[in-house]
Amino acid sequence: MNVSDVMRVLDAELICGEEYLETEVHEACGSDMMSDVLAYVKDQAVLLTGLVNIQTVRTADMMDMVCIVFVRGKSPDADMIALAERRGMVLLKTAHRMFTACGLLWENGLRGGKGVERVKVDL
Amino acid sequence: MSALKWTYEVDGTDFTRAGEASSNVKKKLRALGVPSDVIRKVSIALYEGEINMVIHANGGVIDVEMSPDRIDMTLKDTGKGIPDIDKAMQAGYSTAADEVRSLGFGAGMGLPNMKKNTDEMRIESTVGVGTTVYMTVYI
Repeated sequence: MNVSDVMRVLDAELICGEEYLETEVHEACGSDMMSDVLAYVKDQAVLLTGLVNIQTVRTADMMDMVCIVFVRGKSPDADMIALAERRGMVLLKTAHRMFTACGLLWENGLRGGKGVERVKVDL
Repeated sequence: MSALKWTYEVDGTDFTRAGEASSNVKKKLRALGVPSDVIRKVSIALYEGEINMVIHANGGVIDVEMSPDRIDMTLKDTGKGIPDIDKAMQAGYSTAADEVRSLGFGAGMGLPNMKKNTDEMRIESTVGVGTTVYMTVYI
C-alpha cells in the first residue's frame, strides 16, 4: 500500500505532500498519545490521530513516519503544515472516526506492528 | 575525528517549541552520515527528554557531544526534581498535569522510553534543585 492508497481507502483530503503520494506505507499506528507513538518504532509508518498540535508532526518526524492522517475531519494549523512540508511528510484528513479509519486500512491489508511491546526498565 | 559539541537552551514556557533542539540534532546527525538506527534512538530519547524539561521543569540546557563511537547527551534543568527515581522510571507512572495529557504526553512512558532507546542512562536529581539526565547511544 502507498500513501495514495491510504488516501483513497479513507476518502481523505490531501493537505500537503502531494509529491510523496507514491511512498510505500508498511504499517499504521492509531493513537492520540504521542508517548505511545514514540514507544512504537517501525519504518514507513502512517500515524492516525485525533490530536492536533505541532507535537503531532514533531513526533511523526522523530519516527520518520511518512504520513499523518487526522481523523474526524480535524485540520492542522499553518505551523503544522509548514513543518510537515519542511520534513517531506504527507498530511491527510478524513471524516472517518479513529476506529473506522483503522478498520478500513486493516481491511485493505495494512497492519499494525507486532503485538504487545513491553518496555522493560532496570536502573 | 575530535568530538563535536552542540548546546541548546530549552525554553520552558512554550510547549509549541518543545522538540526543536531534538529536531536540530537529528538534522545534524543525518548530515554527518550517522546510521539511521542510531539517529532514531538519539532522536526519540532526546525528544522525550526535551518534552520532560518543558512539561516538568521550566526548560533547561541540553548538551550533545558526538565522538567517533558514541553520542553523549546531558539534559540539565533546575526544576522541582524527582523525589523517587525508581517510581518515575516505571512505565505508566506520571505526575503530569491533565493539560499535558491533552497535548498527547504525560502517559508515564517518557523515562522508560528514553532508557529503552539508549545504551547508558543515569539520572541525578535533588528535590527543589533540579534534575540532570545523562544518556549515551553507541554508534
